[in-house]
Parts: sequence; C-alpha cells; structure tokens
Amino acid sequence: MEIQEVYAKYPQNDPSILIPILQDIQEVCGYLSEDDLEQVAQHTRLPVSRVFGVATFYNQFRLRPLGKHVIRVCRGTACHVKGSFDILTTLENELGIKAGQTTKDLQFSIETVACIGACSIAPVITIDDEFHGGLTVKAVQKLIAALKKTNNE
Amino acid sequence: MNSYAQIFANCWHSSEKPCVHYIECINEGQKCHQSAESKKQLAAFKSEILLQDHKEPVILIGMGTCGLANGANRVHAAILSELERLNLEIKVVPTGCVGYCSKEVIVDIKIPGRSRICYCQVRPEDVPMLLQKTLIDKEVVEEKLLGIYGSTNGETGWKELPLLHQVPFFAKQKKLVLENCGVIDPESIDQYLARGGYVGLSRAINKMTPAEVVKEILKSGLRGRGGGGFPTGKKWEFALNQPSEQKYIVCNADEGDPGAFMDRAVMESDPHRVIEGMIIGAYAIGASEGYIYCRAEYPLAIKRLEKTIADAKAHGLLGQNILGSGFNFNLKIKKGAGAFVCGEETALLHSIEGKRGMPRPRPPFPAVSGLFGKPTVINNVETFANVPNIMRDGADKYAAIGTEGSKGTKIFALSGKITNTGLVEVPMGVTLREVVYDIGAGCPNGKKFKAVQIGGPSGGALPEQVIDTQIDYENLKKVGAMMGSGGLVVMDETTCMVDVAKYFMTFIQSESCGKCIPCREGTKRLLEILERLTQSYRSEKSPDEALLRFQGMVYLERLSEVIQNTSLCGLGQTASNPVMSTLRYFRDEYEAHLYDRKCPSGHCRELLTYHIDTDKCTGCTVCARKCPQAAILGEKGKAHYIIDEKCIRCDQCRANCKFDAIFVE
Repeated sequence: MEIQEVYAKYPQNDPSILIPILQDIQEVCGYLSEDDLEQVAQHTRLPVSRVFGVATFYNQFRLRPLGKHVIRVCRGTACHVKGSFDILTTLENELGIKAGQTTKDLQFSIETVACIGACSIAPVITIDDEFHGGLTVKAVQKLIAALKKTNNE
Repeated sequence: MNSYAQIFANCWHSSEKPCVHYIECINEGQKCHQSAESKKQLAAFKSEILLQDHKEPVILIGMGTCGLANGANRVHAAILSELERLNLEIKVVPTGCVGYCSKEVIVDIKIPGRSRICYCQVRPEDVPMLLQKTLIDKEVVEEKLLGIYGSTNGETGWKELPLLHQVPFFAKQKKLVLENCGVIDPESIDQYLARGGYVGLSRAINKMTPAEVVKEILKSGLRGRGGGGFPTGKKWEFALNQPSEQKYIVCNADEGDPGAFMDRAVMESDPHRVIEGMIIGAYAIGASEGYIYCRAEYPLAIKRLEKTIADAKAHGLLGQNILGSGFNFNLKIKKGAGAFVCGEETALLHSIEGKRGMPRPRPPFPAVSGLFGKPTVINNVETFANVPNIMRDGADKYAAIGTEGSKGTKIFALSGKITNTGLVEVPMGVTLREVVYDIGAGCPNGKKFKAVQIGGPSGGALPEQVIDTQIDYENLKKVGAMMGSGGLVVMDETTCMVDVAKYFMTFIQSESCGKCIPCREGTKRLLEILERLTQSYRSEKSPDEALLRFQGMVYLERLSEVIQNTSLCGLGQTASNPVMSTLRYFRDEYEAHLYDRKCPSGHCRELLTYHIDTDKCTGCTVCARKCPQAAILGEKGKAHYIIDEKCIRCDQCRANCKFDAIFVE
C-alpha cells in the first residue's frame, strides 16, 4: 500500500479514525515521522498536539525507524518468573543497546512486549516475528551470534 | 455437497433475503422443501463435516498462536510434503488450540470408521513415521499419543488406549466455552453451524423479546469475566432501559494482562461464538452497531474475526434484517495500539473515539453515556462467549453449574513454573489445589510450590495455606486476590515474592496513564520502595538511603491503601494488590530483604554473593574471559576466585561454567 492510498482510505474530518490511520502509516513507513504527524493532523483537522499526544501515548507507535532485525522480548509474568529479565540483559549486553533502542548501524532493535501470549514456552522472544521459546542465557548468545554472522555474510 | 450454502441453494434464503427458519432448517431439516432426500442430504453433510461419517482420512493440526510458536508451521509443511511423497490426497485442516500448550504441536488424525487420534509434541521429523503408521499400517503410535477421542457407543475402532477426556489434564475440566476449541476448523462457519452454532441467536431473536433475553441472562447468573465480576444481565438491563436512538455494544478484547491468553485462544479457535454472543447482546439492548476492540498484538485473532464477520454476513446472521427478524446489527473491528489501561472500559471507549486511552470518572456509567455519548455495553470476550450456550440450552442448565454467587465455568491460563501449561476451563467452585495439582500436575523438577498469582497485576499471590480455597469471585476477594481475567501464574521456591511485587509495580507504573495523581505518583513511590529493598550496600549513593529503606517499609502499607482508595480507575485501585497480598503472606521475605539484605529464594541479584568452589574449579579460565568486569582472577589450571567488590552479578560466569563450580549465596 502506498501512503496516498492510506489517506484516500479514510474520510477527512473524522477524529475517530486517528488511531487506525496512524497504524496504517506506520505499517507502510515503518515509523511515524514529524511530517507524517503534521499531514495526519491536516487530514483529520485535529491539532498537531492531539496527534502527537496519541502517537506518544500508545506503545505501538514509534517516532524513529526500526532496525533491520527486530527482537521482541516478552516481559509477561510467566516469562519473568522463568528468567526473562536475564534474557533481556544478555541481549542488551550483546548488542550494546537498551530496550527500545536501535543499534547505530540500524541492524538490530530490541523491544519489550507486555505479553506475547506464548506463556507455555516461556521465556520467549521473537526475532523478526519468529518465535524462540524456552530460552536460556546461553541459547540467546548463540542466537545473536548466528544472526550477526548471517548479517555479515 | 460441501457447504450449507450449496444445500440451501433451492431455498430463497440469502444474506439479502434472510429467513426466520434458517437455523431451524439446518438442525431439523428444510421446512419449505421437506423431502426424504433433503433430510438425508442434510444429515449426511452434518455427519461428514463433524467427521462422524466420512470417506477420506482427515488430518487436523492445531495452529493457534501457541501451536505456531512451537513450530506448527514446520509440522504443517512436513505433513504436506510427506502426503505428496506418499501420493495421498488427504485434507489437512488447521484448527485452533485445544488448550494443552505444553504438549504442542498437536496433530489429530481421523480415519473413517474409527475414533479421532490426538498426537502431541509432534516435530517435523516425526511426521513420516506418524503418517506411515497411522494412515497406512492403521496403527496408533503410542509414544506420541495424547489420547483418543471417545465415541458415543464406546467403540473407538482402536485397541484399548487412553481416552482424551480421561487424561489428567482434561479429566477435571468442564468445557463449555472451549467446547469447540481445537476441535473445529475456526474458519468454517459450517462446522460451527453443525455443532449447534447460532441456535441461541435464533431462539433469542425469533422467540423472545429483548427484555426476555435480558431476563434470561439475569437468571443464568452470568457475571463479567473480565475482572470485576459485575452481573452481565444487570449491565444489559441498564442499557436496555436507556431511551436512545443509537446504542453500541463493545467487546473488550484488549487482553493486556501479562500471563493471560484465554481471550486470544477463544477468538482464534472459535470466533463465531464471540460474534454470536455479541449479536444476542446487541439484540437484547437494542444496539445497531458494535465494535470489537482487539489488541494489535493478536494478528491471527484479528484475521479470523474479519473472516468470521464476512461469513456471518454472507449467511444473513449479521448486517441488515438478521434472520428475517427486522433487526439490524453491524460489527467493526478496532485494533488497539498497545496500552494496558485501555482494558478499563472508559479508557477503551476513548481509544475507539480516537483519543488517548485515559479513563474518566464514573458515573455516568457507559450503559448510560458511553461511546460517542450513547448508551454502551462493554463486555469481555469470555463473557460474550458464554452467552450462546445460555441462550441455546437455557439459563437453568447454565445456573446449575458453579457456586451460589458465581455460575458457570471460568477459563484460566495456567503458566509459570508448572508442569502442564495451557488453558483450562473449570466449573466455578473447584479448589485452586485441584487446578494446580490435578490439572497442572504441580511444579516441575521436584521444586516446592510457593504461590500462585491469580488475576494478573490486579490480583494477588496466594500461598500454600489458602490453596484449598474454592474458586469464585467472593472467595478470591476474601483471601486477597481477585478473579481478574484469569491468568494463573505458578511460582516455586526459587521465585522471590518481593521481586514479583516489584515486577508488577514496574509494569503498572509504566502503564499508568498519568491522569490521576495517586496512581501516577503513588505507583512510582511504591516501586522506589521495592527497589530499595532489593538493593545492596554497594548501590547506595548516600547514607540516607539505608534509612529510606526502613522508612519505605513503614510507609508501604499506608501508601498502598491510599492508592487503592483514591485512584480514578480500576487500574489504580487494584495497583497495589500484588504488594498487599505478598506482604500479607510473605512478610518474612520482605523482612529478610530489609534486615538481613538476603534474598531467601536466591533471586534478587544485588543481594547475592558469587563464589567459586575451589574443589570443582579446574582453572579453565572460561569464567575469567566471560566476566565483563574482569572480576575473576586466577592462573590457568588453578582454582579461580571472584573479587566481590567488582562483581556486578551478571551471572555470566555461572551460566558459562562447565563444571558447576560457581555458586551463589
């Protein structure tokens, strides 16, 4: 879908479409740029502050582009009990970034998720939407090493 | 014939011209085209899609999110390629989730004339053997068998093998809402219809007035399954009695509780049930428009719901003039954008309206003034999923299940340190012990059970001494927890309860919307107190901090009460529950952290000390190389030692030691 099509899909002047339109734009562009927010404000006839407020309120919206590989760490209760905090710190140490950040070379992003809903295989992370469950610190190190290797090739 | 739409081609029923008798015709035979042949055709089709009497074998594979996470996609691909290799043309049907998550990937094989076999923990490499043995040699592979579906006459067609409903995980369950989950193809409206789907809707819409439907729901004793447990019938009654041209009905599918996934499973595995419940609700209150507010993190559920809505429309069960009754109802899906607070009803409504998801004071309650200022009923997925059964079988039958104040069943998502993880549906009134030990089979690896966290971040942790509590809304409140949405996270002796409280507070604090001060500031303060408790001397920047630890402990309970009593919405009012309940049952752990700076469960990193067992250490230098702080010293071939002042407790040394030489105190 092109960005123009997104705007064409939604009627103007309707404030209730704000969240769906931002979701669609993010799906096309990967993130919401300042220009996008201003354009949405014009389209919906809402103040930019309101659009910015919504875009920063919800966890789903990003104002910065993501890395090539997105690693999502589940921080649900079941995962926490089974050691997801260690998994997260290991990832952060291996990649040298904190959760919510992207590496400088735009290769990796780490995000935390409240619950992926795959509690049976806790602790779980997803790398580019592929699930990896029942993880240990060692297994995560291996995964990242393999990912870095394929990236360099 | 391969669909009801084809069988009913001789009938004038269509989505444009719906017929009052459509559902009755499906179940009892066509009324206008009564003939022996048409009856036979219907019966044959029904038994074919229910796999009672079919000609070709069928393979069914559980492909809900938990199945996919366990690799169902790879198993599915392996089955397809193996069938091609064997040159067999056999239908492979993706189903939903049967609930036994720790046994995924689940593959069922149904051979004509014999009972359905349920295989578990199937890996792609098992597929050739499974198919060869079952389809060609007609033998059951016992090491992969979970159980065999029982049959009405007791004959399974196989030799004596364990039956699925007698497997301990299923034996104590009572499946009402989950009756179709993992059994039917969730994308097939025909299968849902053949299993008595939309009979409840047909009864409500054709034979009852809205007030009678509300009365029926009141009589059933159904209470909201999303947390609070407000009687659903009462809510509907308020909305029904509101004079308004436009009313709305909203399904809260923003299942944000970490550790809860029953709504997702129902939407993925039996979406028609949710839609049917919503249509009945809409009819009861007189709503013409409805929304399903679903988490964006559930893409599969959203996809299934979209298909379900389209199918229901095509059968004249949704849209204009539903089942020829003159009642119109349209349903839309709204994707949530990841805010836990949107599970609160007024915040959810704001989110649908395109605003920030912040709650507002009640009254006015949404049933009086809700979405766009109109009367609105908001119920959770599981609540709506209970409605079709009540309308189909009658309120009395439903009310016979459960306890005095809580009727029916409840689905729990069992996870954490428990052997059998998964979704369980039990009648109200069973004890927690039965759920944890009989169904869940206790903690794995011989560890001792410590507590079960029930109700997510709004609930409480219940220890061994109250585990014989019967599960219902009132009893759980009495022991300091709440039903919540139904997450049951089991914790064993290695889980630190102070850490659990800290975990929930971190969650609540980051999800607090910031509108009211008690929740915004109070949860932050609570978190700070808990963080100080788990801190070691080393991290203290000033001598005052040691005093602040004690002061915090003194304030902990009072602060919790203030947050509970003065917050605006349910999120804040229940925010301190995990702290209060852990304090109530595990005060000794708090005290060990406070006075001795020790974590009895060995979990709180900062309070641990790492040591090397000089007898076990071979001097391989792996730990010294892995240590990011260069805190491990020693010569190659000789025992190493750790400099405690430098150690940051990153656990790298212990994780990488091949000789188990590193231990913590």
